[in-house]
Amino acid sequence: MSATPTLVARTGAFFHRYANPGRFLKLGARLQPWLTWPALLLTLAGLGWGLFFSPADWQQGDSVRIMYVHVPAAMLASAGYAGLAVCAVLSLVWRHPLADLAAVEIGPVGACITALCLATGSLWGKPMWGTWWVWDARLTSVLVLFFLYLGHIALIRAFDDPQRGYKAAAILALAGAVDLPVIKFSVQWWNTLHQPDSITLTGAPTMSSSMLWPLALSTLGFSLGFAAIVLARTRAAVMESRIRSLLSSPRRRADATQTTLQGDAA
Amino acid sequence: MMALFCAVVARDLRLALRHGADTLGAVLFFILTGTLFPLALGPSPDLLRHMAPGIIWVCALLAALLPLDRLFSAELEDGSLDQLLLLGLPPSLVALAKITAHWLTTGLPLLLAAVPLAIMLGLPPSTLPVLLAGLLLGSMVLSLVGGMGASIVLGARRGGVLLPLLVLPLITPALIFGAAAIDAARTGLPWAPDLELLGAFLAAAIPLCPLAAGAGLRAAVE
Repeated sequence: MSATPTLVARTGAFFHRYANPGRFLKLGARLQPWLTWPALLLTLAGLGWGLFFSPADWQQGDSVRIMYVHVPAAMLASAGYAGLAVCAVLSLVWRHPLADLAAVEIGPVGACITALCLATGSLWGKPMWGTWWVWDARLTSVLVLFFLYLGHIALIRAFDDPQRGYKAAAILALAGAVDLPVIKFSVQWWNTLHQPDSITLTGAPTMSSSMLWPLALSTLGFSLGFAAIVLARTRAAVMESRIRSLLSSPRRRADATQTTLQGDAA
Repeated sequence: MMALFCAVVARDLRLALRHGADTLGAVLFFILTGTLFPLALGPSPDLLRHMAPGIIWVCALLAALLPLDRLFSAELEDGSLDQLLLLGLPPSLVALAKITAHWLTTGLPLLLAAVPLAIMLGLPPSTLPVLLAGLLLGSMVLSLVGGMGASIVLGARRGGVLLPLLVLPLITPALIFGAAAIDAARTGLPWAPDLELLGAFLAAAIPLCPLAAGAGLRAAVE
């Protein structure tokens, strides 16, 4: 016996603990307030600090404040697609039912946040670069990411058998994940208009801490908010599928036919 | 296994020959859309020479998308896809065979049709080798990515509308590098790096796309 299958099986068993919808709903109900309220508070605090109390940029003036929305949206656009790719692996390797439901729900939320990133970037570009849009590598790769989200949303709902849609969309999500490193490194590979990263894991940030703190708060708030919305939508989807299976269960249908039969007899 | 693979390719080629109109349709579409551009933009040779790389590449991409819609769906409808998957070939190789046949019947004719179109748009003859090399690599990438897309949308409602939505975003790098190579050759800049990047994209697509396409095929007949 090689070690890999046991590892795969063990990880699968861990994930499948929460494949049970009842257990997931219980855990989700407990988690939901811990995501929603901090998300609201942190986003409000971060945006309030960033928009009203942080200093204006010496070059860009007040328009730098778009950053407190643009940067979290951009990070979450990529992170959301990475989440889709993780769900795809969970779905294809372990056939995890919750991963499929989560993938259905991440798609629209991720597409909205990518649209927000593109829109705020465009609003920021007009005063700074003098144009709403340039065909710069970073902008183009994020636009492609937006189209990938739209394709995923359309594909996962395009099949009469939802299982087929989950599988097809999972394959697409994995194929589209090649765009993520392109987005990440586009500012280094092609030195065009979009500025390179200000915050890196290794180096010191090239940004004053009076701007970094509100940015960190709003990023955390946006991320928790993203998680809260996805969790709420997934919980709703689980409940919806429960209700649907209850409504179409054979027992209920048997009851219904019995009632009509009795009605006919009467 | 090789013999089986070749037999599947040969079967598809024979089918394409017997339905010649379908194969020629893509090439005709390519030439027709290509001639629409000078009509819409005006016949200024300078402008056309500038835009020729982009026009040729975009038209080639759209023309190669046309037959993709029927790549697997005809087989799924008449049940021969089940038979193909029962041959003993892994699903990914079945997909690769169909993709090879698609390239031979669409990519190669497009390559030949690109030469007259390029001359009509006023590209200097010295750039033709770069154009052909780029289109050779690019059409293979398109067949591979397109084959993957076609297998994914197999059995979907409105699969024909979905297919371009899925394939075109994934194919953008090939378009960028392919058109950039011709542009570089036209202006006398080094064009090799763009073609090498295109080759790298193809090298990544050759193993990965058939794998994904095979998974799509297996899911479609389940």
